[in-house]
Amino acid sequence: MGVSILPIAIFTVFWGVVGIVCPFFAPKGPNRGIIQVVLMLTASTCWLFWLCAYMAQMNPLIGPRLSNETLIWISRTWGNPISD
Amino acid sequence: MGSLFRSEEMTLCQLFLQSEAAYACVSELGELGLVQFRDLNPDVNAFQRKFVNEVRRCDEMERKLRYLEKEIRRDGIPMLEIPGEVPEAPQPREMIDLEATFEKLENELREVNQNAEALKRNYLELTELKHILRKTQVFFDEHEGGASTTESMTRALISDDPNKHMGQVQLGFRDKQESLEFLPCFVAGVILRERIPAFERMLWRACRGNVFLRQAEIDTPLEDPSSSDQVYKSVFIIFFQGDQLKTRVKKICEGFRATLYPCPEAPADRREMAMGVMTRIEDLNTVLGQTQDHRHRVLVAAAKNIKNWFVKVRKIKAIYHTLNLFNLDVTQKCLIAECWVPALDLETIQLALRRGTERSGSSVPPILNRMETLEDPPTYNRTNKFTSAFQNLIYAYGVATYREVNPAPYTIITFPFLFAVMFGDLGHGAIMAVFGFWMCYKEKPLQAKKIDSEIWNIFFGGRYIVLLMGLFSMYTGLIYNDIFSKSLNIFGSSWRQNYNESTLTTAKSLQLNPDSMDYLQHPYPFGIDPVWQLAEANKIIFMNAYKMKISIIIGVFHMLFGVCLSLWNHLYFKRRISVYVEFIPQILFLLLLFFYMVLLMFIKWTSYGPSPPNFDDVRTSGYCAPSILITFINMMLFKTDPNMRTDCDDTMFAGQMGLQKFFVIAALMCVPVMLFGKPYFIMKEQKARASQGHQSIEASAENGTAGGAPVPASAHHDEDITEVFIHQAIHTIEYVLGSVSHTASYLRLWALSLAHAQLAEVAWNMLLRKGISTLIIIHTLSTCRAACRTRRRTCACGRCRWRTRSSPRSRGTCCSGKACSPRATRAASTCTWCSRAGPPSPSPSWC
Repeated sequence: MGVSILPIAIFTVFWGVVGIVCPFFAPKGPNRGIIQVVLMLTASTCWLFWLCAYMAQMNPLIGPRLSNETLIWISRTWGNPISD
Repeated sequence: MGSLFRSEEMTLCQLFLQSEAAYACVSELGELGLVQFRDLNPDVNAFQRKFVNEVRRCDEMERKLRYLEKEIRRDGIPMLEIPGEVPEAPQPREMIDLEATFEKLENELREVNQNAEALKRNYLELTELKHILRKTQVFFDEHEGGASTTESMTRALISDDPNKHMGQVQLGFRDKQESLEFLPCFVAGVILRERIPAFERMLWRACRGNVFLRQAEIDTPLEDPSSSDQVYKSVFIIFFQGDQLKTRVKKICEGFRATLYPCPEAPADRREMAMGVMTRIEDLNTVLGQTQDHRHRVLVAAAKNIKNWFVKVRKIKAIYHTLNLFNLDVTQKCLIAECWVPALDLETIQLALRRGTERSGSSVPPILNRMETLEDPPTYNRTNKFTSAFQNLIYAYGVATYREVNPAPYTIITFPFLFAVMFGDLGHGAIMAVFGFWMCYKEKPLQAKKIDSEIWNIFFGGRYIVLLMGLFSMYTGLIYNDIFSKSLNIFGSSWRQNYNESTLTTAKSLQLNPDSMDYLQHPYPFGIDPVWQLAEANKIIFMNAYKMKISIIIGVFHMLFGVCLSLWNHLYFKRRISVYVEFIPQILFLLLLFFYMVLLMFIKWTSYGPSPPNFDDVRTSGYCAPSILITFINMMLFKTDPNMRTDCDDTMFAGQMGLQKFFVIAALMCVPVMLFGKPYFIMKEQKARASQGHQSIEASAENGTAGGAPVPASAHHDEDITEVFIHQAIHTIEYVLGSVSHTASYLRLWALSLAHAQLAEVAWNMLLRKGISTLIIIHTLSTCRAACRTRRRTCACGRCRWRTRSSPRSRGTCCSGKACSPRATRAASTCTWCSRAGPPSPSPSWC
């Protein structure tokens, strides 16, 4: 499995704080309920969207098909210099 | 819970108003906007209601105001917007003052308009006469000889007959002596240019060619007094002989609506007439100018207040319409009204009523009574400026019944989020967010402007929606890694290339293999890897698989959320049977089929992939990964399709086939529960109530107490059992078919996001890239010119010809940095820009 714990932990904790902890601190007033719902929904939808993007890529079934110029450029800029 | 989650509690109230205070109270309630009145006179014709005269008077005032507005608009005078607050409805006695003002204004305006029209008609006649006098001069001058040019004309027209008397041509007057002779006469007039050909033809035919027509066009267009159009006319003069022809010619001129003018024949007379006409035209011009000025002044004074008046008149009309809904009680002193009122607002309404009675100076306070009723109250959702836009979105689909759960608060996030999944671009999302933010930040000044454009009002009304859509689009743009169709590499791509030089030079395009060192075995931490934007060949294949899956995942979660809201409704209305017989089968159906498909997607994402470090496990590699769509179809059809690929498992996990069969059967069993469950329990309830009702009626008949309790219950009794069944069948079919079709329709999230990505690419390649490169060229040229202005060098190519006054010895470099200067000082220089050889000219200009 191509999972790496660090990104998952960071983003889950971040959206968890937004969606579970922040609603307790919503300002009191007529709009308290609305603000809580907005925070919870934002956190859940954004976290789900990020999770799907992460999980779709952690075990890829195909790789990108690139032109040879792009591959040469990748070698130069992203590391992995071309061997012979 | 905030009040937006459910519609507000409403009470039916009865209102007793004293007749004098009624107007003021209704005015106050109208300003509040919290009361819905019921029509207590539904059978009464609109023309027989109590306040129909006042409504008619308001209509008349509105008509006058509309006339005024039309005139103001015709003159192009700007109408002042209402400064500050909107005015309140005026008192009834002020209405008479308003009526008087409008009447006076309208009469004045009509009078001015009539006068102006008469003056313009006069002006037109004089102008036409002026043109005639001028043009006919030409006709008469054309023939020389003789003091009287008409004499020469007549000589030409009339044959040489020595017996005939050659005298002066009279304008139609016949000398006694020549009564037997026919003398040539003429008529002059003006006609519309378009009518000239037909006019000529008619004259020719009717007079058998015995008349002679000359015409000349008037160059300037003349203003038609009634329609204010500019029309082109021509001057004509007709020569004829004899009385009969004269009558014929005059009739034809009348028929073609040509205006005839008396034109003196002698030049002296004509000159005199021309001068008289000129003076009269000038006088008329002054009078016309003064009339227009007066009209303009009247309209400008009216334009200051007209918007104010419109609002006041509309408010009066609304108050009288509302008063028409009331009932007059027996004593004729008090008006009775029935209204729906939100329960939380009773205090506010009492205060408003008290204010109204004080204003009207009445002594009797109004009475507000709560009434009990079995009717369904109206649905009222209290919104503020932020939530009202989303509430209106929901109203477009339908209004919830009383005290049902309101989907609007959740729409605040889900609507922009679903939009953003389809829009997904950081750059475009930023533009949208900035636009939305500007509209929200400048809310008050933009609202005060009262712009009339409908498209602008649509955008401005949805400004909070636009802002949220923009913000979410920026987030999804970051996840899709798409900014103006380019990707950002913030964390470092997870793909490397490992091909050697010989492979790279021979093959045009190569594919990276995840089952190798090409993939670093951990994904890009936030969003889609930037390498995919570079892979033009198979980017779409990967993105399709990814986006279709997330569309279904988001869709199934959204639908599950919606069904759970119905559970909340059942619990609130204490419908426990519905929970067991409606909610549970519905949620099971959704979970067992569609949520299972979502689970399969997650399983496929985790179980199949590269197997480091040796990459030798075929069974979990991409080669063996099954298609989820085929798996789902096979599940529904109870087919077991063996995996065609060798070394591959037939299933994704152990026990899949058995589990799938169980799920499908369980889901199918939910359908009859949905179909028959609720009707069965309703039937049972009705039977129980029927037997109970009979018992209690017997009991109350003995006691003599009013059988009030069972009576309302028996009202439900009459619900036809077949109707219940049909109702439930419709709901079941709607749910089952709907769950399939709605799940599939969430694929629009994939389709639109794909379309947006492709369009963004086209926009970049065809629009932004070409635009930016042209911008770079222009920028380069302009800095070259700016630099050239401070130099004084020539190159033989003379590309840049700007001369300045800096010292001839100043060297500098050519704008592109090429060292044109040193060479230019030499005798034979070569411009590095254009490589043309040649000495610098004495007054050099820069290359």
